[in-house]
Amino acid sequence: MCQVEEEYREPPLAPAPPSVCKTCVKCKDASAAVVVRAGDPYCRTCFKDYFIHKFRAMLGKNRVIFPGEKVLLAVSGGPSSSSMLRQVQEGLSQNAHKKLRFSPGIVYIDEGGAVGRSLEERLRTASELQAVFRSTGFPFHMVPLEQVLDVPPSVLVPAASSQPAASVYKAAVDGFLQAAGGRRPGAAVQQQDAAGLDVLEAHTASLQQLMDSATSLTARQELLSSLRQHLLVHTARSHGYSKLMLGDSCSRSAVKLLAAVCLGRGAQLAQDTGFSDSRYGDVVSVRPMRDYSAKEIAFYNHMFGVPSVLSPSLTTKTSDKSSIQQLTESFITRLQADFPSTVSTIYRTSEKLQTAGGSSGGTAGTDTCLLCVCVLDTSVGNATAFRSTLVSQCLSDSRAVPSGPDPVSAKQSRPCGGQQCGTRTCSAEDRTPDLKALLCYSCQRTLRDLSSLDRLPHYILSEAQSRARRSQLREEIRDFLLDHHDDDEDDEGLHSPPDPSVVA
Amino acid sequence: MHTCNLGKYQFSIFGYRLIFLFFFNSRASELLFDGVKEHQVTLPGQSDPWDMKQLLVWIQRNLLKERPELFVQGESVRPGILVLINDADWELMGELDYQLQDQDCIVFISTLHGG
Repeated sequence: MCQVEEEYREPPLAPAPPSVCKTCVKCKDASAAVVVRAGDPYCRTCFKDYFIHKFRAMLGKNRVIFPGEKVLLAVSGGPSSSSMLRQVQEGLSQNAHKKLRFSPGIVYIDEGGAVGRSLEERLRTASELQAVFRSTGFPFHMVPLEQVLDVPPSVLVPAASSQPAASVYKAAVDGFLQAAGGRRPGAAVQQQDAAGLDVLEAHTASLQQLMDSATSLTARQELLSSLRQHLLVHTARSHGYSKLMLGDSCSRSAVKLLAAVCLGRGAQLAQDTGFSDSRYGDVVSVRPMRDYSAKEIAFYNHMFGVPSVLSPSLTTKTSDKSSIQQLTESFITRLQADFPSTVSTIYRTSEKLQTAGGSSGGTAGTDTCLLCVCVLDTSVGNATAFRSTLVSQCLSDSRAVPSGPDPVSAKQSRPCGGQQCGTRTCSAEDRTPDLKALLCYSCQRTLRDLSSLDRLPHYILSEAQSRARRSQLREEIRDFLLDHHDDDEDDEGLHSPPDPSVVA
Repeated sequence: MHTCNLGKYQFSIFGYRLIFLFFFNSRASELLFDGVKEHQVTLPGQSDPWDMKQLLVWIQRNLLKERPELFVQGESVRPGILVLINDADWELMGELDYQLQDQDCIVFISTLHGG
């Protein structure tokens, strides 16, 4: 396999005569229309059955969506999320025993303001999507990304989990079937007309400024996905949805996985790419499309007329090497062209990953990253790669200061990571709160690429301030705390804010 | 019903009428195909029937406006772009060796993020 002189070209084993269609591998009758995996041709009908079955199987296997639960579908208009919307429609129209039993809603986040589209373009896309959404009969929410500027700081705090345990799933299904008595759960859905996009020009400008302050496309993409995630969670919370369905396909998950490794998000891989992600506690994200390759989705959408509205993203028209995410994508798609099991191998790997400390239950009570809301990966021992990276970063930063030949004095004058570099004084006189101490390694890298932190949305900065105040307070009363390390109760009371959703 | 921006090309070659559909992101198709939705063009006749390989070269020379590497790579399409010939996967049709027939419909779909 790995020899230098290895001939990768197969010996010419009777090349299939071109333009002769093979028959379907499943029904062995109709002529094939799509090659799903290498050497598995399916006909139209079998492909459709296979596709629809896979979606239900994915939800059935994982047992995370409970009957009657309110589920918010995040639809961007792209092929994968549009296909997910169609699958939910198919699932709700099935006959009784196969039927999906949750009540869906749709959210569309319009990112036009962040990628510099004109308002007319954005309104056109929004109205096309509105027509699609209205035809589904589900309630929908059209949310411009600008609204992230008005999000309350509590979105960055994982709430206590209100999710029932997986063990009661069966009982919940039985209970639901008895209670419903054959009533359709979707019937009570009220039609909701969100009238277009409500965007203030000033908000668009400040969003644009924030995006422009990111000096690299990599950071801009990361920042955008963080903001989008916050807004999705906020929308779900404020409308009472407890699940959020994301349309990440298998190909997309594979790209995300490798890109996340490159971005230093190794500790968060399982949450970033797994089937379900409970980092926010009360709103759990699920990715039911992660069994489908981008090819399957494209074929399904084309063959069965699933409407999709493509809007440009940050990476449209950019070259392969413009960002880490983009480079990873082209690396994987190219490798996939020659080695068709590339994506599925990466995907299977991501399936085996698990979050440290158990995946169930919210992360309330432990320190979480200010941006990605994952458990912080920065509290590690002194003899680690992370610490040495910080030290060498401090040293190279201090070299840039002309007046400080002594690295120690330079350290003290520059914010270089709070207590992480050992000198606690370094950020004390900083006007903005020391964000680095509140971020995971990867988000630190992202914010390092921002030219100014002042442009960050208010909710991030004010949450940072209150966290900094809390940790300062905890520092002051440290000596009076009993059993600081073991007793979670005392600890929790101090640094988790009075969150209304916890009380409720 | 596809609401995304699609370019529709109808022309006859060598006595053949072909239809091209391009499913790309609106900005990407603007860049690649000048954003033109419908084209009427005629291919020069040639003695042998056209195959996909020649067709891609022709598309690259005649339809692509800039940055052809976003559409073709080497002598095939860029990985991540799907090709359908008469609504069937071109992997079933011999890919680049497929010989174009009269009334063929060829669809290009980009699965890449951002078109």
